Amino acid sequence: MSQGNLLLRMELRSDPEMLCAVRGALAHLAEKLGFPEAECRAVVLAVDEALTNIIRHAYGGQTEQPIEASFRRISLDEDALRGEALEIVLEDRGPAVDREKLCGRPLEEVRPGGLGLHFIRQSMDRVEFRRSNGRNQLHLVKMLRKAELQKLS
Amino acid sequence: MQIAARHLDKITIFDISGDIDLATSPQLRKAVLRELKELRMPRVVLNLKAVRYIDSSGVASLVEGLKASRDVGSRFVLFGLNTTVREVLQLSKLVKIFEIYEDEDQALAI
Repeated sequence: MSQGNLLLRMELRSDPEMLCAVRGALAHLAEKLGFPEAECRAVVLAVDEALTNIIRHAYGGQTEQPIEASFRRISLDEDALRGEALEIVLEDRGPAVDREKLCGRPLEEVRPGGLGLHFIRQSMDRVEFRRSNGRNQLHLVKMLRKAELQKLS
Repeated sequence: MQIAARHLDKITIFDISGDIDLATSPQLRKAVLRELKELRMPRVVLNLKAVRYIDSSGVASLVEGLKASRDVGSRFVLFGLNTTVREVLQLSKLVKIFEIYEDEDQALAI
């Protein structure tokens, strides 16, 4: 369990129709936290793409499988990441993710598909896959920059 | 997502609004591929002005449209990209492969 201030928790079905609702809620949350517009869009895109991957790959398109999403405000004190951040954890009960398949693809290839993971990595400051208690967990972190914190204070 | 088709001589214009995501991109893909592959329209134009959101599945549908247009010798044209759509296309590094115009007049003129 991640430490930090829990802001929102969602239990979803793996139904693509639910994505719109998650995007709406997350856009409001990111705005409330003080992320600038472009970063709000980046966070929403990353979570949407991650949920899309869960629906398509972990659950093979089944629409009734469970997904849990939690959103926390955390403080990081590491060399690479230091300060306030939004942490998002997405959890599914699908088969273990094959890490070999998590490398994305070269963007020079003009073909549909394979862009989701690239979008997630470009949009977030940290992306980590874990397997715990028979569940896949995707941990995403987006740092709140100094300017945004000043706006909040 | 809402999608409406207009036909102007040998051009099909799709006016698209709302969100293009995993739930809705199959509808866009089907509509675009029908015009290109079945009806063999020489030019298919997508009006994206009212698109609020697009994700990788939406971008994949656009890429499929582009590839189908190349296969049949048609043109696949986009116009009216707002900040959100442009950002996602830029993130995909695919923005340069599409024929993109600012507005409908330009998209239909050339």
